[in-house]
Amino acid sequence: MALTIPPLRDIKPPRWVKPSFNFRDGNWVPELIPITACLYVGVVILLPALAVVVQAFAKGLGVFLANFQSEELLSALRLTLIVTAIAVPCNTVFGLAAATAIARRRFRGKALLLSLIDLPFSISPVVVGLMLVLLYSPSHGLLAPVINSLGWKIIFSWPGIVLATIIVTFPFMAREVIPLLEEEGWEQEEAAKTLGASDWQVFWKVTLPSVRWAALYGLILTTARALGEFGAVSVVSGNIRAETQTLPLFVEDAYKQYQTELAFGAAMVLGGVAIVSLLLKLLVEQLLEHDKKVARLDQEG
Amino acid sequence: MAVAQPRPPARFKLRLPSWPWRFTWAYLALVLFLPLAGILLKAAGVGPQGFWEMATTPEALATYKVSFGVAALASLVNGVFGLLVAWALIRSRFPGQRLLDSLIDLPFALPTAVAGLALSFVYGPEGWLGKPLMQLFGLKVSFTVVGVGVAMVFISLPFVVRTVEPVLRSLEKEQEEASWCLGASQMQTFFRVVLPQLMPAILGGVAQGYSRAVGEYGSVVMISSNVPFRDLITPTLIVQKLEEYDIEAATVIGSVMLIFSLISLLLINLLQVWGQRYQGSESNN
Repeated sequence: MALTIPPLRDIKPPRWVKPSFNFRDGNWVPELIPITACLYVGVVILLPALAVVVQAFAKGLGVFLANFQSEELLSALRLTLIVTAIAVPCNTVFGLAAATAIARRRFRGKALLLSLIDLPFSISPVVVGLMLVLLYSPSHGLLAPVINSLGWKIIFSWPGIVLATIIVTFPFMAREVIPLLEEEGWEQEEAAKTLGASDWQVFWKVTLPSVRWAALYGLILTTARALGEFGAVSVVSGNIRAETQTLPLFVEDAYKQYQTELAFGAAMVLGGVAIVSLLLKLLVEQLLEHDKKVARLDQEG
Repeated sequence: MAVAQPRPPARFKLRLPSWPWRFTWAYLALVLFLPLAGILLKAAGVGPQGFWEMATTPEALATYKVSFGVAALASLVNGVFGLLVAWALIRSRFPGQRLLDSLIDLPFALPTAVAGLALSFVYGPEGWLGKPLMQLFGLKVSFTVVGVGVAMVFISLPFVVRTVEPVLRSLEKEQEEASWCLGASQMQTFFRVVLPQLMPAILGGVAQGYSRAVGEYGSVVMISSNVPFRDLITPTLIVQKLEEYDIEAATVIGSVMLIFSLISLLLINLLQVWGQRYQGSESNN
């Protein structure tokens, strides 16, 4: 009796085995998921983002550019840039110092310290502002006597805004660099030290190059957040136009005063910065992936 | 001529430079510990009974209900849709996928004031969505609790997507194939095989998004009408109390929010430990 083998395409799973994922057998779920996802993200995120662009240029480029003759907008922009220029370098130095100090040291309470560094992410920005007011306010702050005798002005002035921005943004850098350093281990630094390198040389020539992309990534996140911080800054700034108003505060204030064009003009500037930071992030992410792959290959080889 | 002393045997001892260590603690003391100590001292000065009374005034309770309740709804919505978006990003191929991927990060990058402005325009009475929603369903979004929810959904969407994505990517397809071979239906495979492995990541993302939504100020303050007992959120109440120079009430309500963030931070860390244990057991197989 000859054994006949049925052609391959006729073999089907038994009826009771229903096709699993990515099986095109009258299965509509795989097609539906991307469509729903796109619709959801389109309504929740893309639509508001487009609204800013459309509204900013609704009356033409001329009207948009005319916004930049507003002295108040320009001074808000200036203050935002100054605050960012102070806060970001401070936090960069802190982030790198904290990473080199914490990542490779084992000590009791390390996990607690790492979560404390994350705290500004989960605290409401308003509470951050409140904490600064409670410390530095000249009338009812805990440090009021010290500040008044020194003649400093922190709350309702730029030092308060800088402090608020620093507190809200300091975890970004440390958070990006610490895991990478923990993963990489000590061998290269040890080698450099046995070859006679000083601490600084080890840091500049070994540690920093090995975390450069992570550090750059952290720097981008820090800068983006510092430029756009609203809650913490609004509590400590006093919101005086052309004096202690940063660009995000200006957006809200202009909107409340029905200066819609100014509000959307300023929002467009901030939105443009956000988009640039997103693009830079994508680029750095790829470089970071590449570096990680190289590191993994090194370890295996 | 003195004979050069023989050097002690070179025993290389690794010593960490101490300045970054000191600098880290000094910096943390200035920007984190000092402000934390300040608010705790001020709150302690109020006394337990006064604290309880001020933390539970009807006005404060109403804001807790809005802040914590609406944020819970928003993060649950994002728990479901975040999983869906992550699934679309990892498990399917379609045009525009890269764009979708980068759009997810926009709420992180966009300043909250800009988000608030955009949302209050889109959902406003003359807005792209506000007008049709009003005409079709009679639903007013802007200046109501619904608007607060919309802003919180916007702000907390990336968290679930970004925590679920790596776990979903590392899932082994073999398990699903095995489940299929053993005769499980699509639903059974999803709920019994895939979902349990994703659960720690989903819950972690929901918790992070929830904690962010509760504390959110910039975008909510612009879309809500900030009327007490209707759509006033707790952070806005703190700002209002500060503007009225009612420092004690602001301190007390601020400490309530601070305690909440400490608890949520603890919870998120526990969830992460749980998730790592899950992944660890998987890789040991």
